[in-house]
Amino acid sequence: MKIKSNLAISESGFVFDPETGDSFTLNFTGKDILNQINQGISLNDIQKNILEKYDVESDSLEMNFYDFISMLKHFNILHENE
Amino acid sequence: MEKLKYERPIINKINLGIPNKFGTKPKFEPITQIDGVPVQILAEKFGSPVMVISEKKIKETYKEAKRAFTTRYPKVQFAWSYKTNYLDAVCRIFHKMGSWAEVVSGFEYDKALSNGMPGNQIIFNGPDKSLKDLEKAVINKSYIHIDHFDELYDLIEIAEKLDEKPKVAIRINMNTGIYPIWDKFGFNLENGDAWNAINKIMISGKLDLVGLHTHIGTFINTVEPYGVATTKLMDLVIRINEKFHTLIKYIDLGGGFASTNTLRGSYLQGSDTCPSFDAYAEAITNSIINSGMDIENLPMLILESGRALIDEAGSIVGSVIANKRLADGRRSMIIDVGVNILFTAFWYDHLINPGQSFSYNSEETTIYGPLCMNIDCIRPNMQFPVLKKGDLIVISKIGAYNMTQWMQFITMRPNVVLIDLQGQTHVIRQNETLETITSLELIPDYLKS
Ligand SMILES: Cc1ncc(COP(=O)(O)O)c(C=O)c1O
Repeated sequence: MKIKSNLAISESGFVFDPETGDSFTLNFTGKDILNQINQGISLNDIQKNILEKYDVESDSLEMNFYDFISMLKHFNILHENE
Repeated sequence: MEKLKYERPIINKINLGIPNKFGTKPKFEPITQIDGVPVQILAEKFGSPVMVISEKKIKETYKEAKRAFTTRYPKVQFAWSYKTNYLDAVCRIFHKMGSWAEVVSGFEYDKALSNGMPGNQIIFNGPDKSLKDLEKAVINKSYIHIDHFDELYDLIEIAEKLDEKPKVAIRINMNTGIYPIWDKFGFNLENGDAWNAINKIMISGKLDLVGLHTHIGTFINTVEPYGVATTKLMDLVIRINEKFHTLIKYIDLGGGFASTNTLRGSYLQGSDTCPSFDAYAEAITNSIINSGMDIENLPMLILESGRALIDEAGSIVGSVIANKRLADGRRSMIIDVGVNILFTAFWYDHLINPGQSFSYNSEETTIYGPLCMNIDCIRPNMQFPVLKKGDLIVISKIGAYNMTQWMQFITMRPNVVLIDLQGQTHVIRQNETLETITSLELIPDYLKS
């Protein structure tokens, strides 16, 4: 997985795509996940990190996590690695 | 290390250039209690979904409506529109406050009698009254509002047969400047039918013409049509007095006042566009007072307001069944309240609030009911906080028409609970069970084994 290269992610969870002019807002957890993807951490490891850091059951995290990833793809923020 | 509070990860696209209609972010408040009763307890005790009626809200609304009219005009009588919500407990609350009953079928008529209404406080409307219904109403001295000529002739015959002089009004439809004209009901004013019917009644000598009735439509969110309708009825009152020297005792303006719900697809919020009772009252009573009728002979004013008196007193407490993504990326949330019990979802963008505290973040969400059909959509599109399976939601302002127009389809109808003025809960209609439904079914012998 790879994040679109020139994307700007701000401290407050604001995302700007200069190519399309689209902007997005992330909540705290969303920003955390996107930052980790940005650092090149694998999706599996990100899930583990989140489980350790947050008060959440693995079942519900898994569901929310893949839903979030599919939204990132839907918005063209995330691409499969070529 | 203490773990951080988890919130489902969300990303929302910001639609620049298409700001929210009002330029502000929609605000959500959780509704955690109704009249002091926690919604959590309501759901635990009576199941989810559960319909809830607030006696307090009914009384406040009725008093407000009554005040608006009686401070402007002394002779006002409300008649509770049974079809709007004919649960006996609800009808009785209205009757105890002084409302008569307004019914449109033999079934509703009998319900009014069983709620202790004397015959002479029941108004019998509608196009479908059987001969038996009519006879009963004549004997009970109810006010029969004649809908068409066939009924008029039936009544003349019944009057002769029973040797009674039935008390009647005619229902009149007319152009009040709104579209559509509800001309399915009653006699048209502009084409002369109404005057024709009045003449037939007066000349027959068999019927006692005591009133004139109109009901110009429903959810009418301007007051001018009421002013026009009242003026037109008063002109007839005067004309009848001139020609037949008969005083019409009442004019009945029907119902139709809007509630503060928002019509589907409407740009403005219902709470901003709904005229106040004062505004309706001003339009109607001014037209009576300013008519050419002498003050001492002014008729009583009857109102059959339904929706505006009960909508806000009803709520549904339901719960989230699942969250999904639609093919186009939108979030959808399935709740256990379907259009089978929330019929008004076809007309309104219902107010939906979470039933407990929730995270600040919201997403564009389509809210579906549980039925296996696409039309079972409660809100096609609304910003809504992200709730989990099992979380409670509260749908407000559902007191009108749902508890009468609901259908038993796929799921069964839920408990209806009244919260009284002391905050006590009472089941006023039990939830249906398999037995409720199958007790009416019969299996032919050859299918039994
Ligand atoms: C004759 C009559 N009166 C009163 C009502 C109540 O109308 P509303 O709920 O719009 O006030 C209706 C509803 O259609 C009606 O047909």
